[in-house]
Order: sequence, then structure tokens, then C-alpha cells
Amino acid sequence: MSTDNKTNIFPDTSELIEEILNKYPSKVAKKRSKSLVSNDPEKDQEIQANIRTIPGIITQRGCCYAGCKGVILGPTRDIINIVHGPIGCSFYAWLTRRNQTDAGVDGENYMNYCFSTDMQDTNIVFGGEKKLETAIREAYEMFKPHSIGVFSTCPIGLIGDDVHAVSRKMKEELGINIFGFSCEGYKGVSQSAGHHIANNGIFKHVVGLNDTDPGGKFKINLLGEYNIGGDSFVLEKYFEEMGITLVSTFSGNSTMSQFENAHMADLNAVMCHRSINYIAEMLEQKYGIPWIKINFIGADATAKSLRRIAEYFEDEELMAKAEAIIAREMLEVKATIEDVKTRTEGKLCMMYVGGSRAHHYQELFGEIGMRTISAGYEFGHRDDYEGRKVLDSIKIDADSRNIEELEISKEEANWREDLVEKKTALKNKGYAFSDYDGMMPDMEKNSLVIDDISHWETEKLIEYYKPDIIGAGIKEKYVIQKYGVPLKQLHSYDYGGPYAGFKGAINFYNDIDKMVNTKIWGLIPPPWKNEPELVAKMADAAY
Amino acid sequence: MRKIAIYGKGGIGKSTTTQNTVAGLAEMGKKIMVVGCDPKADSTRLLLGGLAQKTVLDTLREEGEDVVFDDIVKPGYGNTSCTESGGPEPGVGCAGRGIITSINMLEQLGAYDEDKALDYAFYDVLGDVVCGGFAMPIRDGKAEEIYIVVSGEMMAMYAANNICKGIVKFAQAGAVRLGGLICNSRLVDNERQMIEELAKKLGTQMIHFVPRDNMVQKAEIHRKTVIEYAPEHPQADEYRTLARKIHENQLFVVPTPLEIEELEGLLIEFGILN
Repeated sequence: MSTDNKTNIFPDTSELIEEILNKYPSKVAKKRSKSLVSNDPEKDQEIQANIRTIPGIITQRGCCYAGCKGVILGPTRDIINIVHGPIGCSFYAWLTRRNQTDAGVDGENYMNYCFSTDMQDTNIVFGGEKKLETAIREAYEMFKPHSIGVFSTCPIGLIGDDVHAVSRKMKEELGINIFGFSCEGYKGVSQSAGHHIANNGIFKHVVGLNDTDPGGKFKINLLGEYNIGGDSFVLEKYFEEMGITLVSTFSGNSTMSQFENAHMADLNAVMCHRSINYIAEMLEQKYGIPWIKINFIGADATAKSLRRIAEYFEDEELMAKAEAIIAREMLEVKATIEDVKTRTEGKLCMMYVGGSRAHHYQELFGEIGMRTISAGYEFGHRDDYEGRKVLDSIKIDADSRNIEELEISKEEANWREDLVEKKTALKNKGYAFSDYDGMMPDMEKNSLVIDDISHWETEKLIEYYKPDIIGAGIKEKYVIQKYGVPLKQLHSYDYGGPYAGFKGAINFYNDIDKMVNTKIWGLIPPPWKNEPELVAKMADAAY
Repeated sequence: MRKIAIYGKGGIGKSTTTQNTVAGLAEMGKKIMVVGCDPKADSTRLLLGGLAQKTVLDTLREEGEDVVFDDIVKPGYGNTSCTESGGPEPGVGCAGRGIITSINMLEQLGAYDEDKALDYAFYDVLGDVVCGGFAMPIRDGKAEEIYIVVSGEMMAMYAANNICKGIVKFAQAGAVRLGGLICNSRLVDNERQMIEELAKKLGTQMIHFVPRDNMVQKAEIHRKTVIEYAPEHPQADEYRTLARKIHENQLFVVPTPLEIEELEGLLIEFGILN
């Protein structure tokens, strides 16, 4: 790829888009064309997102159950999460996402276990409710946990096992908190549906159960941070140093008792908007706690986020502490950038991942002089691309209607009128709340924004842009590597991390430096370089 | 061996008609197996003189994979072999999956193998074809002949028409064909003519008109088919005739289901106008 040498602007994408779409049958091309946008940060552009993947397209997406169990509830250590379903689905109950946890003083940690009802043919025919009861009882007898969650897989929804009724019954019998999730894999269009269902479930069954004041002058919840590769550990240290009480994290390095107490916080700081904005909104509706968007991926973003949190509390000492951390940490950050940038400046990256990661990681790449030529989400919605200003114009389709929308009303006893007033006062001074402007305004002109990218599209983009690195997940990794392009897993961080905060940023610069500067990928000829390639043709107007 | 599936609206008399017809064929010296595909497991009651002791699925659940043929197939009237697929209690689990599992199990156990020297296998299937499981008996390689039990009542005719839509789907991919409608009379006005006309429009025949007779119920109370309970009764001859007609049947078609308006028109023509 060559940029315009005089202006250094990315090339026009219209030919590339046309070439990509030409391969598709006309109906598919028409549909896909709305999900490919040549970015112009100066304009309001609409992108099609959160709609069904077209059958036959190799998508990156996961299922509803994966989003509910794997992403949101998975990282909490002291709940036993039972997968109600066949054993295959339960592979995903075994945290492959590298969420880390500190087992705490109580040592109550079930994250390295995998609990499943192991539904067999007979259970499908005769119903699995009894088996689920037995599983809950067994899990309780063996581990004596304080909470048990039950997760429905596809067949459970089909045969109509009532996981909620069983949970209620067993809650009564065992005297611990037990609740179920109707997160059957086929619900919604991606794992995003599962995030919403998980948010609803935690809010309904857990948040607000414990009114004890967690103590401290400044109390926050960190939402949408999942402690991949130890990210949360880095951030927790900053908060501790600043004297901020981290009431709960949803849900990296978290416990159920944190969730029960979450409504005692003064502020919700939202990291991954897509997966957790529902809880942020519900905490505000029920208790009056405002939320702000922050981002700890990127050194500058971290500095900005720490300042924003400090500014919210309007406390000189807190602000001074934030500045001290920033000043101290930035020394090493700057030194590393200075060195790494000599080898990374001007290199190109592409990212197709998550519902916020494709946005956040652009910060980190940018800090070492790398440019994002193309990016997109796997399960983002339009607001994650275009910002929350488009929320009202998003058409609610049948797939979204299928997911429960909780009716939240104000809880007088714990209502934070002081925070509501604080929000109004700060807002008048120009401090932004409930703010997420999305990914597109932060991307360069002519960069290509793609929602729910397919393998075909990925391959064409590699050929066209010849990127120096791609950030995606395990499903894309090996295909991309065979093209001679290094791939950084941004779900699990491969074997690396943490990448959050200042320390994490330094780790990331160094890891990327190694990856984009190794010659190894160029030395391995892919099989199709020498062998003839099989070419398939679409049956005539089959779609 | 001919494999026959009997469909029809719930409560229309599929099980009764099937078992009486089977008794007729048995009298003719044919070797027959009856497979009940209804979770209620009452498709072989009249042939066995009472409800089957244990269904395929019950046995499977209790014995695990270690099931033998004699555990699930019981001898009934006239040297027939009777088996019930069984299934979950109402409102639980998946009865359709149960039918699939049990038919696979019967095949694995060699229920249709040549050494069984069967002339006929009958599948008596619950009500409408509500899901894929209940279509199992007519999937490729299973039943190739279907008879629909119907009466002159509107909902029974609706159901028959719907079942034909299902048959069309499977007929396009496999060998399954419609053998005819069996009219189990409910004493509706012009019932015979109306069902004959419906059959014609569906591209098939009304293979037999079974008149209504209290003897059927009387025999049922005694857990017997009419042929066994009252062999001399005229109703027994009706079932013998039906058995013979099925045995001699040559007309197997891919049905042509009606549009709803056409079906309603038929009812008006025969039910109200005359």
C-alpha cells in the first residue's frame, strides 16, 4: 500500500471495496456494502452493525452463551458457573480467555474448574431439570460456594428446561444465591446478546444485596475490564495509590460480594462500552450513580482517564496524586517509545476484534507511530462505531427484541441525590457524562471501517494493504499467519500482557516491536505460493 | 417388507384403525411389526391386551446402552411384534428427539432385519407432524407408504391437508408416497362424498370408508381389536376389507395439497349447500 507522499493520506478505498463486493452474489454484496465504510472523521457516517451474519460467510462471531458465561460471568472467582448442556459447549466454561484472578485471603476460587451437566440423549428426551438439580446439589456439597450460576446452552432452550425455576427451588433448598441465565447460543446475532443477558442477570439477582459502606473517600466501580493477562492488577495499583476505593470491577478479578455492594460507589468508570453499558445505565436509573467513559489502553488514554476520575471528585489532593503517578510512569513510557518508535514508525496495523478493543488498541499503536489502516468490531453496535448520539436512531429488530429489557425504577432508600446534583454541576462546567463517541471519529480519513469482517474480506485487505500486523482472535490467527503477517490476539493477548495502564503500554510496545520486526513470516512460503490453488465458483444466483 | 406410517389429527382414531387393520393383515397370515410413535405409548394396547410393559426409551433410560431386542419388542395378537417408542411426560424434554432415538435404536437392534421375515412394519404417529422428530418415520429409508386417517370434520381435513404438505417435502427428497385417506366416520353429513372429493383433489384415493360402530369401543374396553373380540361382527369385516385394500393397493402418489380457500370451499359445497 502506498499513501499519497505529499499529504500522507490513506488511499481511496472505492476500488478495493468494489473488488471485495464483486465476488459476492448481488444480494449479499448489497447487504455487505453497508458494513464497509471508508472513514471520514469530519462527517457523520452510518455503518450497518449488529445484524445477522449472512449464512455462508466465515464470520469471527461467537454465540450468546459464550458472551454470557465466558465474557461477563467467567472472570468472577467465587461463583460456581454450571453449564447446563452437552459437554462440548462446556469447553468454553474452561476459561481459555486468560482472565486472571487473585484468589484472595479466603482462597475461594473456582475459575480453574469446569462445571457441566453433561446432557446426554436421554436427558434431552426426558428433560434435564432433575439432572440440573443434582448437579447444583453436588457442586454445593463439594465446594460450599456462596453463589451458583446456571447457563443455558442451545438444546436447553429447545427442550424448554426451566433453569430459572430450578434455580429458585435450589436457592430455597440450599440457602445460597442461585440464579439462571437464558443465554442459549442461538439468541441474538452474536455474543453481544449474551453480554446483555448477563448484565440483566447480575443486576437482577446480585447488585444491591449488600448496603454496607465499603469505606473510603472516593468510591468507584470499574466496568468492562476483564483482567485479561492481568490488566486489572495494574489498574488496581493506581487506584490504591490514589486512595480510591475500587468497590467492584465488572468483572476482572472480581467477587460476588463486590457486585452485591456495587451500588455503594460514587462513580462508574466504563471501559468496554459494548459489553457493560447496560449495568452502567441501570445503576444510574436505580441509584443515581453517574457513569463516564474511560480507557486504560494506551499511556495517554490512561493519563487522561486517571485525570478524569480525579476531576470528578473535585479534590486537589486526589488530582495531585494522579499527576504524580502520571509523571512518574510517563518517564519510562516515553523512554520506551523513543526507542521502539525508531523501528515501528509508519508501520500499518489492522484490527478486527471485540466491541471496544478495535478502538482502544489504536491508541497503543498510535503511540509508537503505527497507523490503523482498517478496523472493525466483531459484535459492536452502531453506537460503538458512531457514538451514543445515534442511539435513538438505531432500529430495534426482532433479534434485539428477543432479549429482555429490564424495567428499572428508582430505589429511594439508596438513591444518591448528591451524585445527581454533582453530575448537573459538573456538566455545566463542561464535564462529559454517559459519553462515548465511538471508534469512527478517532480514525483517519480513508481508513476502512468494517463490521463483522469475513475471511474473504480479510484476505483481500491483506493483499491490498500489506499490513505489518493484524490484531484479531484465535480463529483468524493461523490464516493470517499463513499470509506472512503476524497476528496479535487481542482477546487473550496470546501469552502476553498485561497491556493496560502505563506498565501495560510498555509491555505492548515491546511485544509489537518484536512482532513487526521479525523476518520470520516472510521466510515461510505459504502453500499456495507454489501449489496451484483450487478455485470455486458460486452456483448461479443461488442466493 | 412394506413400511407404512399412519398419520392424522389427534383423536381421529389412528391407533384403533391401525391395530384393527394390522389384525386383519395378521389374519391373512402376514408377519407385522407395529411401532408406536406416541409418548403416551398406547398404540399397541389392543394387540397386546394391555399397555406395553416398557417403552424403548424407558428401557434405554434404565438399561443404558445395554438393550436387547426382546426387552423392547413384545409379541401380540396374530403373531405381531409390538413396540412403543414412548417418551417424556407431558411438558418435559423433547418427544420428537425421543422418536428419533428410539427408531434408530430399533434399527440398530435389527428389528427390520431379514431374519425377522416381516411383511409389514406400521408406524403409528402422534397427531400432526409438529416437529422434525415426528417426521422421522417418513424420512429417507423409513416408511415409504403413508395413510392418513381423516373424517368429515373440518379440523381433521385441515390436519390431513397439512400432513400432505409434509409428505410433499419428504417425497421430493425420498421415496415416501401417499397411499390414500382412510375415512373413519364421525357421522358428518355427506362425509363419504366429501372425503372422496378431498382425496381426488389431493391426487389420491379414499381407500376405505370405515363406518361408525359402537362395537369398536366395546372391543377397546376389553383391550382387544374388533377382529379378535367379535370376529363375526360386520365391523370386523370392514377392517378386513381395509386390510385387503391396503395389501392390494397400487396407487402411491406425491400429494397435491390444497390452498386453504379451496379446502373451505369443499366444506361449504358438501357441508352447507347440500
